[in-house]
Formats: sequence, C-alpha cells, structure tokens
Amino acid sequence: MSGYTGSEPLGRTAALEGSTPSARSQAASASQSHRLRSGGLIDRQQPLQFSFDGKVMSGFAGDTLASALVANGVKLVARSFKYHRPRGIITAGSEEPSALVEMRSGARKEPNTRATTQELYDGLVAQSQNRWPSLRRDFMSINQLAAPIFVAGFYYKTFMWPAKFWEKVYEPLIRRAAGLGKSAELPDPDHYDKAWAHCDVLVVGGGAAGLSAALAAGRAGSRVILVEEDVRVGGRLLSDGGEIDGMHAEEWVRRATGELASLPNVRVMVRTALFGVYDGGVYTALERVNDHVPVPAPHQVRQRLWRIVAKRSVVTAGAIERPIVFPGNDRPGVMMASAVRTYVNRFAAMPGKRVALFTNNDDGWRTVEAIQQAGGDIAAVIDPRGKVPAEYQALADLSDLRVLSGGVSDVKGGVDGVRGVIVTDGNGRKQQIDADCLAVSGGWNPNVGLSCFHRGKPVWRDDIAAFIPGDAPRGMVMAGAARGEFSLGACLRDGHAAGAAAAAECGASGNAGEASEAGDETYAISPLWQVKAKGKAFVDFQHDVTASDVTLAQREGFESVEHLKRYTTLGMATDQGKTSNITGLAIMADATGRTIPQTGTTIYRPPYAPVAIGALAGHHRDENFHAWRLTPSHHWAAARGAVFVDTGLWKRAQWYPQPGENDWLESVTREVLAVRNGVGFCDVSTLGKVDVRGADAGTFLDRVYINAFSSLGVGKARYGLMLREDGIVMDDGTTSRIAEDHYFLTTTTAKAGPVMAHLEFCRQVLWPELDVQLSSASDQWAQFSIAGPNTRKLLQELVDPSEDMSNEGFPFMGAREVKLRGGVTARLFRISFSGEIAFEISVPARYGAAMAQNLMIAGRDLGVTPYGTEALGVMRIEKGHVAGPELNGTTTADDLGLGKMMSKKKDFIGRVMAGREALTAPDRQVVVGIKPIDVKRRLRSGAHVVPKGAIPGPQTDQGYVTSVCYSPMLEQWIGLGLVERGRERFGEIVRIHDPLRSEDYEAEICNPVFYDPEGARQRG
Amino acid sequence: MRIACPFCGERENGEFTYLGDASPKRPNFAADSGESPERVEDAFYDYVYLRDNVAGFMREYWYHGGGCRSWLIAERNTVTHEFRSVIAAPGVGAANPVQAGE
Ligand SMILES: [Zn+2]
Repeated sequence: MSGYTGSEPLGRTAALEGSTPSARSQAASASQSHRLRSGGLIDRQQPLQFSFDGKVMSGFAGDTLASALVANGVKLVARSFKYHRPRGIITAGSEEPSALVEMRSGARKEPNTRATTQELYDGLVAQSQNRWPSLRRDFMSINQLAAPIFVAGFYYKTFMWPAKFWEKVYEPLIRRAAGLGKSAELPDPDHYDKAWAHCDVLVVGGGAAGLSAALAAGRAGSRVILVEEDVRVGGRLLSDGGEIDGMHAEEWVRRATGELASLPNVRVMVRTALFGVYDGGVYTALERVNDHVPVPAPHQVRQRLWRIVAKRSVVTAGAIERPIVFPGNDRPGVMMASAVRTYVNRFAAMPGKRVALFTNNDDGWRTVEAIQQAGGDIAAVIDPRGKVPAEYQALADLSDLRVLSGGVSDVKGGVDGVRGVIVTDGNGRKQQIDADCLAVSGGWNPNVGLSCFHRGKPVWRDDIAAFIPGDAPRGMVMAGAARGEFSLGACLRDGHAAGAAAAAECGASGNAGEASEAGDETYAISPLWQVKAKGKAFVDFQHDVTASDVTLAQREGFESVEHLKRYTTLGMATDQGKTSNITGLAIMADATGRTIPQTGTTIYRPPYAPVAIGALAGHHRDENFHAWRLTPSHHWAAARGAVFVDTGLWKRAQWYPQPGENDWLESVTREVLAVRNGVGFCDVSTLGKVDVRGADAGTFLDRVYINAFSSLGVGKARYGLMLREDGIVMDDGTTSRIAEDHYFLTTTTAKAGPVMAHLEFCRQVLWPELDVQLSSASDQWAQFSIAGPNTRKLLQELVDPSEDMSNEGFPFMGAREVKLRGGVTARLFRISFSGEIAFEISVPARYGAAMAQNLMIAGRDLGVTPYGTEALGVMRIEKGHVAGPELNGTTTADDLGLGKMMSKKKDFIGRVMAGREALTAPDRQVVVGIKPIDVKRRLRSGAHVVPKGAIPGPQTDQGYVTSVCYSPMLEQWIGLGLVERGRERFGEIVRIHDPLRSEDYEAEICNPVFYDPEGARQRG
Repeated sequence: MRIACPFCGERENGEFTYLGDASPKRPNFAADSGESPERVEDAFYDYVYLRDNVAGFMREYWYHGGGCRSWLIAERNTVTHEFRSVIAAPGVGAANPVQAGE
C-alpha cells in the first residue's frame, strides 16, 4: 500500500500498524520536531510517511514535501549546481530556486522537482541530488575551494581548445561535477493527456484578486475558467490571513469557493499552472493530475496539457518576494520572509526556533507577528531604514523587540544550517546575533512574466521599486499584486474591476456585484539589493551566480542584460531566474552607473514553469508518435507474414518472405520473377486519387499537366506530368477519362496531399470560372496492380464473362468500369509500371481485403504471387521509370527524359519558367541507366559519378546514382542516375566514387530502359 | 493561433497551411499570345519569386486543408499576428480573373 520502492523499504512500524488514528497522529506529531501543535491547513488526523535520502519521516495531509521537511527540522536539502554548497529551502512556491529533489525511483524517477510544490503523499520517496557520496559529505564541495576558477565565463574561457577535448574530456567532467539531478533512463510508464478548453474569461491565479475577478466575471454570466497552480485557491490569503468583508480571510476564501462552485458557467482548475501565452488568445497550462499520488490509478493520466482558448484573460499571478544579496545568503535556514509565514501559518511548521528578520520594507514585518503568534522567538529585526514602521510599532513595544539598522554582512553556519547572523551597521560596527533561521525580504516583484510573452516590456515603478507589466498580449489584463497593487483591499477591487470589465467585453450583461472590502495596509520600501561585504553572495541560487560574477561580467564588457545572462548564466536555470533576474540587473545597474529601467530586463519566454517533455508529447509517443494509415489489404498481408515499410504515414507491404528464404533479396527476386514469368499483384491503394468532374474538367487538366487531357478519349488512360510554377517537376501519375465530364486522376503516394492543395489552388485562386469540381478519393478506392503475362487469364476468372478482356476489347491504356463476378463494379485501367501486361483494378475500399483474397483464388492455378513495394521498385528500375528519387524537386521534365511531353500549343503551370536558360542548358544532369562493369559489384544510391580517370571532387563531379536494385532479369545490380549530358554518353565508362562507403569502381552509362526497351511485353 | 474560416468557423492554425503573400497575380499569357519571351519570362519571374517582406498587415494565402479545403485570403499583421479578416476570394491570384458563371 505504501508503495515504497527505494533502497530502504520502511513500511509502518508494528506499533503504528495497530494503533488508533489519533494515537498514530500523536506519534507522527511527536516525531515532527518543528511542527506547531495547532493551526495550519493540514489534517493532523491523516499522518503520512515519507523518506528523504532514506530517512523516514512523517508529515500530514496538506503538507508539501518542503513543509514536511521544515516540520521535521530538516535544513539541508540540496547541494548547489556549481560549488556544491549546502542549500536549504528558500521559498514556499513555484519560484523555488534551491530545494530541488529527485522524486520517485526507477522508470518514474523525476529529477529537479521543487520540494515546495510537491504535495506530500503516503510513501513518498525523495532523494537529494548533485552530491556524492552523501548530502552531508559531498566530495565535490571542494569545488568551493577552486571557486576562483569557476567565475563567470569560466567555460568559455577555459575549454576553447582543443575542440575535440570538449566532447570527450571536459564536458563529461563538468557534467559530473556541476549539475542537477539524473533523469530516468527507462521509458516513462505513465500516460499524459492533452485537452482543449474554451471560455470567455480566463483567470490566472486564485488569490484574492483572482477569486475576486472570477466572482465578478462569473456573476456577470460569462464563461469563466480559473486556473491555480496550487492544490487549493487562496494564494497569499492562506499564509497571511487578514480580514475581508468583516470575516477572516480563510472564511472568505471558503465562501468565494462555494459561490464559484455554484455558478455553472465557472470552472475552477487547481493543480493547473499556466505556462504559455500564444496568439489569438490561446493559453497553455499543465494540470498535475496525479503527481500527488505514488502511481496514477489505472486508466488515469499523470499530467494533462491544456490549451485554453479565451476571449479575455485576467492575470492575477501575484508577486514574488525577492532576496537580498549578502555573503552567506545561501546558507540552509536563510529563507524568504513570506515563505517563513507560509510555513508557520499555512503548514504549522516552524523554520526556526529563533528567527532573525532582515527586511527593507513594511511587508517583511508581518513575519514578526507570525513568529510571535506561533510562539517562536524573534532574535532581531534588521531593517536598514533604522526604525519600526508605524503599523508595527505595537509589536515592537509589546515584545521588547531588538531592532537593528544596517545590514546582514555574513551568515554563520554550515550543513546544519544557520547558527548566527553578522550585522554591520552604518559605522562599520559588527555584531553577531544567534539565530537558526534568517527571514529575508528585499521587497516584492510583481509577477509580470505572462504579460511579457509577446515582447511587452515591463515598466519601472519607483514607489514600489519594482517592474510592473507594460503592454500585455492582446486580450490580457493584469490585476492585483501582479500589477503592483499590493494591499489586500486594492487586490480585491482591482480583480473585481478587471473581471467585470473582461466579462462585459465578452458580451456578458449580468450584475457583477460589488467588490469585497479589506484594508489597505501600507507598503513602504527603501530599495536594497545588495550588502557589499567580503564573501560569496548569491544572486542566482540555482546556477550559483554571485554578485561578483555580475560585476566581473560588467568589467569584461558584458553590460547588456542579455549578455549578462548568457555570460554568467544568470536566470538560465530551471527556475528561469524568478528570484534572481531583477536583483542581478539591479547590481549591474549599480556597477554601470545606470538606473534599473535603463538597464532593462531580459526577454521573457514560455514556459513559465518547467514542463515535462512527456506532457508536451501527450499520447504521441512510441507507436502512436504519428497516425498510421493501413492499406485495405493490410491485415491480409500481415497474416501472410509481409514485412512492412513506412511510406509517409502508410504501412506498405515491402515483401512477403516465404519459408526457406534467407534474406530480403531472395524474396524480392522470387516476386519479380513470378511477375515477369507468370502473374502477381500488389496493393497500390496508397496512390493519391482525385475525382475531377465538370464540363471544364479537360481544360483544367490541360492547364495543370504539361501534356493534353482534353483530347483523351473516354475510356482511355494517359500518363501525365505536373510542374510547379517554377518549372520543376512536381508529380506524375496516370489519369483516366471515365466520362465526358469525369476524370480520375492519380498522384504518387508521397504527393497526394500537396497535389490536392495545388489543384485546389489552381481551381479556386486562378481559374474560378472553370466548371470543375475536385474530390479526394484516395481513401475511397482500394487499388491493386495485377501484372505479368498471365494477367489476362487471372482477370478472366475475376470479371464477369460478359466483359471483353481481349487485347482489342481492352487495349493498352484502356480504362473503364467492369462488372466483377458477383456483381461488384470495379474500375479497370490497363496501365503498366512493371513493363508486363498489367492492369490496375479499383474497387470500393471496403472490398479491398476481399479483393486480395479473390485475386489469390482467381490466380491459384496460375501461381499468382503477391508482391511488395521492393519488387515494384525493381521492376520500375528495370523499365527506367522515374519515381521519387528522380522526381526530387530539382529535375525538369527534360531531365527525366519526358521533355517531349511538354505541349507547345497550350499554357500550363510551369511552362514559362521551365523555358529558362539554366533549366534548358545542354549540360544538365539527366536520367540515365548505370551498370557496374564488374557484374558482381553492388551498386549503391548516393554514389557520385565522375569521368573515368578523373580525381573525384566538386570540379569533376558529374552527378550521382539515384535508384538501385538487383535486377533478376539482368542478373546484376543496376541503377538509375542523374548524370551531366547523360543521354549523349550511353556506352561511356565512368568512375563511381562513394566516399561514404569507401567504394570506387567503374560503371557503364546506358539507356535507362534496361528491360524490353521496345515495350512489346506490356502491349501484348 | 486561431483562424476564422468563413466556412468552418474559428479553428486551430494546425488545420491550415500557409502559402504567403497573396498579392502576386499569375500573368495571363496564352502560349500563342505573341508577347516577347523576355516580357513573359520577366512577368513570371516576378510572380514566382518576388515578394515584399511586410512588417505589418499583409494579405496572404492560407489553405484550410484540415477542414473545407478552401484557399483563403487572410489579412494578418506579421508583427502582432492579429487577423483583421479571413475571406474566400475566388480568382484573387489571376491577372484577369473571371468569376464562375461569367
Ligand atoms: Zn474551412
């Protein structure tokens, strides 16, 4: 039940197994040294066991992994990326840069999971990462001693030469020394879903402003979706409380949630983090459906990727508290002041017994109240402003609070966390304060990220010393703290106004009601970014970028924020610098003597938070990576053991191995000989098929093919070639005239889609006056090629005896409907790709499998042989027919030997451009046949053709081999190629040079029609 | 990105393929028009290759291949991706368009 898979199976102790729930919860509480006895949004009746680095601990339902670690007094949770410094938990939210852990194990192992967003569950197993052999004794922490060489730009400076050393020596070394967790190397056993949602108003973030906006828009009657990344709505209200409409904030949240749930037009999605904003009001969000259980229940997905289409969005993503940079600010136990309040108030977990507070703003002072109410000690408050804000004077008076001016210049401590804080005052006097936790507040940065995803630039606001959103993407407004409106009253009003306005813009006419009311607490701040003192002071905790790295970058000329980012890697870790970017650029501004707005911000890009590749892929993995298209005879062919080949989305039978055959070549050769000497058939349903109808159908085809089709008689088929407008060949295929106003056009398998789009372009955009309609019939018809000297005998068994199948009654290039024995009407085309007497027969697709069976029955006495695409290819090469490798987007009709087909009497797509000098030059590479002189030699496509005796190279290169096969008829390898002036060179011996496979040999250029050049067989 | 097909309604852009600038007109020269080959070739060269690189609104072709198979003319801002209009415009690519029934 507990689902432990870690190395230390733990299970519950016998004592716990037999005990009552209250006894169990008491036992659990007792083991949690830093858990408060009451309060918090946790369920003490639901104790949960978990392990971190093999140590078993307990927490409660409602905990995050981080809060459970705090409750158990765990300070050290990680080693830093570059210097392997001991690190702890810094925040309580998705902005966490430091407390990254490896979750789960085996195939479900997931590195770099933020402990602050991971919900605790019974049996959770987490490991610290980036340490060896253990978190406490990390060998690589000697990197700290080598710190001077790990400065900004270190990789660029050190590992430039020699280049090949990089891949083999430096990179693996660095990867081992510096890094994050290790990912699972097994296939992900979980499923990931994708879904769409549509609404009028999307509210992003369910704090005070977001709930207020959703209530307003929902009451007004618009369709609302509210997404909240946390497991419950409430935002900072869950941590900071307060009073709204005369009730406790917690009660207000409960009522708001209830009202939203009662509105059928409102949908609240928790555990859903918005991470992208795209054009036209499309937003992407990740729903962590089952990240809070060990293993998703059967048929449930782990995560779901949402694309939400919204007419308007109200982003109430709140603000992120920012650190202050000072030496030792990364010691375990140094924590954001707001996070301290979250752990104390929401999770009833004390980050320290004796807490020092370092704040430059009024909001930080709330922490004093929170700690005192929880019964903790405030060691001191360090406020560089030097005096207690009026609102908090009472607190100071009551408790004999020690208030110091100046700043924190160092933090004492080690792997066990903070032991003391050194405060230096304005006169340089130092004093040490004993504390086991340092709460820090450098002010708040409105969470502007989403507003900047379309290159909107945030705007500096001096009074709050922070950037607020600039031009947001179309349809988006920001509200509440995300817009720099920090007081609770303002958040409620701002969210309400934004929600009501968005609803009105979407046409909702209902009554949005009144905004809830709360006080407007003050937020005075005196900007302080950095305390300059000796020692490592961190800006970016996740990438180990220090204040001196930033100033070094400045000295070396990397002053632009984009350069600063890339040179120091500031903000480039998985947290994307949520707690570090603004601070980094403030230090850069200081170093360059510019203001912060002059220094500017880097470009914000999605995703806002890390998204697993699995979620982006969804169901598109393994065999479902893309759709499959199966031919009508697929299952029949599979039952006969066919080997299939992917042709675009199609699975086509490549050959049909028979018992005793040792390799593909044996099978293919047998199939070719069976056709040439008897009869065989092949499913060619993958060809694109288009019904062309209308009085002007012939005229239309005349304009899209280089040759004429209006002159084609009813009941006839003709090979056609299509050009692109630039004169290069687009596609080929056979088109038949079924009736005066009805043609049936076929395309190659690969070009079925593009040709259809092209034909529609011609019909709609160029010649709307033509009376012609197109309909795709590719999937409507099952089509088989039947080929070989015995074809007619086989067909006589298949078609109704009334049909005249004689050479006169059904001549070469004839095409008409025939009735089959049994009454089904088929289309029959006497066309040949193989060079033998051949027909293609089309029946409605639902008869495809039956047709394959009937072909076997009708041809049983003739030894009929199904053949695959490989034999089809061999026979077309023997006949010199061009296909994909020759119709390769560079060849003209004349290059393919089909120049004479180009009509001079009519206009057609590509005619004019095909006449350009370079496309008609005499030295163009044209299709020829190629035969190695040594008949045992295997020819390979891609090999280069150079004149005999020439040194191969760009100067002497004259073309290359495009298609090859072993020809059973010629009993040697043959091929087609594109060779300069090739048609003038039949009989010439050339050098075939294949540097890729280290082959070099001679071959003869010849007529590409190797077999039956007169074409007598197909007409017989 | 969402595109409002006049026949199918607003759809995801994955259903569409983009062709580009819809302003070039296919020159209408019959094979026997008697025009000088240079003039004909120049006109086609323009039609096939020359495009303005507009930063702002432009009229462009979008093909609704995953829907009704219509070739549509969208007026789209290449900087902001805002669509001002999406219409079917038969004959828009012809130098001298002739509408159906004429
Ligand atoms: Zn459409």
